[in-house]
Amino acid sequence: MAEHRLKAVTALGGTEPRIDSFDVLTISENAEMALASLACRNGRQAEFLKQGKKLLGCDLPEAGAIAGKGVVKAIWIGPDQWFVEAPFETHEDIARHLAAAFSGTASVTEQTDAWVRFDIEGPATGSVFERLCALDVGRMASGSAARTAIEHLGCFVLCREAGIRYTVLGPRSGAASLHHALMTAARSVL
Amino acid sequence: MTQPNRITGGLIDRAQTLNFQFDGTSFQGHAGDTLASALLANGVRLMGRSFKYHRPRGPLTAGSEEPNALVELRSGGRREPNTRATTVELFDGLEARSQNRWPSLAFDVMGVNDLLSPFFAAGFYYKTFMWPKAFWEKFYEPMIRRAAGLGSLTGEPDPDSYDKGFLHCDLLIIGAGPSGLSAALTAGRAGARVILADEDFRPGGRLNAETFILGDEAGAHWAAMVTEELRSLPNVRLMTRTTVIGAFDHGIFGALERVSDHIAAPEAGKPRQILWRIYAKRSLLCAGATERSIAFQNNDRPGIMLASALRSYVNRWAALPGQSVAVFTNNDDGLRTATDLIAKGVRVAAVIDSRSDGPNVQGTELFRGASVVDAAGRQGIRAVTVRLADGTRRTIECDALGVSGGWNPNIHLTCHQRGRPRWDADLAAFVPSEPPVGMTVCGAANGVFSTSAALRSGAEMAVTVLSDLDLTGTIPDLPKAEDAATRISPLWHVPDGGGRAWLDQQNDVTVKDVKLAHQEGYRSVEHLKRYTTLGMATDQGKNSNLGGLAIMAELTGKTIAETGTTIYRPPYTPVPIAAFAGRSTGKEFRPTRLTPSHKWAAEQGAVFVEVGMWLRAQWFPKPGETHWRQSVDREVLATRKSVGICDVTTLGKIDVQGTDAAEFLNRIYANAFGKLAVGKVRYGLMLREDGMVMDDGTTARLAEDHFVTTTTTANAVGVYRHMEFCRQCLWPDLDVQIISTTEAWAQFSVAGPSARNLLRKIVDPEHNISNEAFPYMACGEITICGGLRARLFRISFSGELAYEIAVPTRYGDGLIRAMVAAGQEFDAVVYGTEALGVMRIEKGHAAGNELNGTTTALNLGMAGMISKKKDSIGSVLSEREGLNQPDALNLVGFRPLDRSATIVTGSHFMKSEDEANARNDQGYMTSVAYSPNLGHYVGLGLLKSGRSRIGEKLRAVNPLANSETEVEVVSAHFIDPEGERLRG
Repeated sequence: MAEHRLKAVTALGGTEPRIDSFDVLTISENAEMALASLACRNGRQAEFLKQGKKLLGCDLPEAGAIAGKGVVKAIWIGPDQWFVEAPFETHEDIARHLAAAFSGTASVTEQTDAWVRFDIEGPATGSVFERLCALDVGRMASGSAARTAIEHLGCFVLCREAGIRYTVLGPRSGAASLHHALMTAARSVL
Repeated sequence: MTQPNRITGGLIDRAQTLNFQFDGTSFQGHAGDTLASALLANGVRLMGRSFKYHRPRGPLTAGSEEPNALVELRSGGRREPNTRATTVELFDGLEARSQNRWPSLAFDVMGVNDLLSPFFAAGFYYKTFMWPKAFWEKFYEPMIRRAAGLGSLTGEPDPDSYDKGFLHCDLLIIGAGPSGLSAALTAGRAGARVILADEDFRPGGRLNAETFILGDEAGAHWAAMVTEELRSLPNVRLMTRTTVIGAFDHGIFGALERVSDHIAAPEAGKPRQILWRIYAKRSLLCAGATERSIAFQNNDRPGIMLASALRSYVNRWAALPGQSVAVFTNNDDGLRTATDLIAKGVRVAAVIDSRSDGPNVQGTELFRGASVVDAAGRQGIRAVTVRLADGTRRTIECDALGVSGGWNPNIHLTCHQRGRPRWDADLAAFVPSEPPVGMTVCGAANGVFSTSAALRSGAEMAVTVLSDLDLTGTIPDLPKAEDAATRISPLWHVPDGGGRAWLDQQNDVTVKDVKLAHQEGYRSVEHLKRYTTLGMATDQGKNSNLGGLAIMAELTGKTIAETGTTIYRPPYTPVPIAAFAGRSTGKEFRPTRLTPSHKWAAEQGAVFVEVGMWLRAQWFPKPGETHWRQSVDREVLATRKSVGICDVTTLGKIDVQGTDAAEFLNRIYANAFGKLAVGKVRYGLMLREDGMVMDDGTTARLAEDHFVTTTTTANAVGVYRHMEFCRQCLWPDLDVQIISTTEAWAQFSVAGPSARNLLRKIVDPEHNISNEAFPYMACGEITICGGLRARLFRISFSGELAYEIAVPTRYGDGLIRAMVAAGQEFDAVVYGTEALGVMRIEKGHAAGNELNGTTTALNLGMAGMISKKKDSIGSVLSEREGLNQPDALNLVGFRPLDRSATIVTGSHFMKSEDEANARNDQGYMTSVAYSPNLGHYVGLGLLKSGRSRIGEKLRAVNPLANSETEVEVVSAHFIDPEGERLRG
């Protein structure tokens, strides 16, 4: 991307992502991932899946799963619909890149700044999620993803490493409220 | 300090002495005590006053079914009324007060109600206070309300927090008594994911209160050993102090965990209680049983309690309810109280067994075939009068009486989904017959009363349930235990004596009240309940139901099975409102959505307004401005004079893509989108299926197969949902994909004659935004500030030359700062939602006030937009005759005849000569603003045949605001009706 004059702020309004550490848990705002939605066009599935495999180095994930061999990962979010995530630094123009790669077989929409991303890490994550959402997070396998409501906000919970590392994607405008909910639950449990 | 009634033994920790206060008097107890057991150990029997008659009362039970010993705990914002002393865990510094009495518990002025009881019989309020009629609302009802109720709140905010949470398990076991523990052991060892919940702080149920031997161990010891093993299993979650309050649909249970109630105040950040929602594949109800009383005259005297409760106090808490105890029973189990007490050396004055064939009891006087007919001692029992088998009467002195009328299985949770219990005549009790799907009932809750059978029942049911879950369970080695048969001869009330015999001590319902209900025709159990309040409220029939309906059965000559029972409803025990609220209180009631320019706006001292969950800047006060109108007028004038900037991110944005995207929009919107050129924007009108206007907004075509459509802020979610429904359900054959991008882009309106000049300083020079290259209703993807990707739309809500510019949200803060800096030379302002509203009213644009769900395109002057060349949602039904009458409402403008007059939104229009009433109603004012450009108020409104009435003078009448203003009907376009400015 070209160098431009505007400074970015994180979803919580800081110039740097916010990190909160507890003894056995860390809640980190993560502004370093680019995100785009990828939806298969009707009747173009064969080409679409082929392109998906090329992108990820493996098949596009099935329902409720995350897949990707390299830095680019796809998260299933609905029938024939995925989010694709990649490092922001190298993929800020992820939507344009994907649209070109899938040329006409997919609808691609930039989603990077539609979401705030919190990475939650530590052995106590399961207990914290118990106070946050109806998902059975304790039973999520590594590399799985699910939608749920946290603090009345529609969110995604991604399990990076079962029992240890999770990502919560929530609507960016509600970042402060979501962060408050995560912190409150953490303080309540830890 | 001594505890005069404390004896040896029990499951209390004497090494820990705890100080507490009751009604200002200091006492001591021990860890493991409840408030009730500690008070009894200190010789305090009187703990409360009854609800209606203010009768002195002591504890009837030793558990959560307690109707009498209701106290206020703690003070200030933490004060909690109606807490059961029988379940309150003692802690150091606990403060408790009796309630529903004045000036003191021992002397209560309202005790006079007891003397006036003939006037307060069941349903008295239906019959008395009838005259004079006007007195009811102003005098009688407030008086009754003041007199009624028990404890009170302080009105101060609760300083504690309450969590909500969600748990999942294979098997939820409700109750950790013998059957629950054996079930948990079986399922836990089999590897199932188990939750074992019990309302007590010590698992074991009756094992902690009885002197049973299990194998070679005391029952409580066996329970402790099993508990220890369960705690060691990672797949078992043992939740003490947790009451499962309800069984809901699909295996979902509610449970209240009292995390910090047993300490003076919660630790920092920790909740006082957690309301859990438990998702269970299967459940085992092991909730045990509740002993019931026998009604006789004055059976509510302090010191009279259930025989099992008496045993609990003595065995578990080493607290003697009295020095000389009598027992009244109709079954063998009641006799245990006498034998346990005698074994401990307590004086048992007599055992009164209503049966003539009951077993013998050594060490006391036994009266078979006898009944207690009265109790003496207003503030505490002194003696009972017994009718002996030969009909003679005898007075027996005692200061405690244990009563056992048999046991009722705790079937409540089996009824939460309308399961009707079945009457078991052998047990003389209702037993579960239709538990919710996935629930199995074990042990005493299923009428299996012996300890041995309960242990086996829990384990066996667990094995069965495990096999449903594809797990293999093995029945553990269960200890040999008591296996006595239930021998009972039902006795519901002792008819001797003319006084009152209490059935429901919490709601002050007597045998006489049931008779009155019968006499007056309230004979169905449901009517009986409502007429007498029997088993209502927090009791939910635990103590009272069966006695009441058994008496009704006697009166009607029916069996109990025919009479039936009322349904039990959740919650099983009371749940504080605070627990239902959880963390959703005060500012955290709902999440707040912040706009990309929020931080900048807050720095400017903006005044914010809640718009749905959004916080939007309403106006930006400048130094010297003391009234909001000054700020708003300034923002409007400056925008129309030069340029204003407004954050419009909150408008919904929906990305619509696919080869059929244009066709999709054609069907969604009333007007046509098929021929919209790439790089152009069009206003769209969306109708509901019934032809009413649903929403409006602009749609930009960024590519042949790519549109971005906008919605109003309020309808962003609703419109997206509607579009998803249409896409997935109505037209799955269309190739169209949609996703919300509201949050992804920070979008600002830049409006006013200098808008283009300002933007030229922001937009990169390779993008030509001249009027010719980028005319009104153009759009495009551009770069700004040296290469940042952005979108530009030439659209106007204010009626000025205007643009909306969008950048990825993280750059929104940077963009507002850059534009404010760039705008300095043009005297640019940033305006809030008030100025936005003023300008749209001046321009005559409909917004939420007009798109209110009751208006049609015709009403709004947009009937011509409904394309007849295609079909679209709402198109056909918009043609309904009723919606197209000649006198249909039309959106028109209004101005006051007296230009200095104020007009009020919501006013209704009346002709000058007409009386102001609904019949003469001509329409109503939807939006009003003060126009600083015109120097007077302007309004938009819906008026019958409005467009043909321009120039007519009407009255705008608002009886609610007590205002009436003469207005003139004008065009809705107060500013630039020809639209020259926005095309400039």
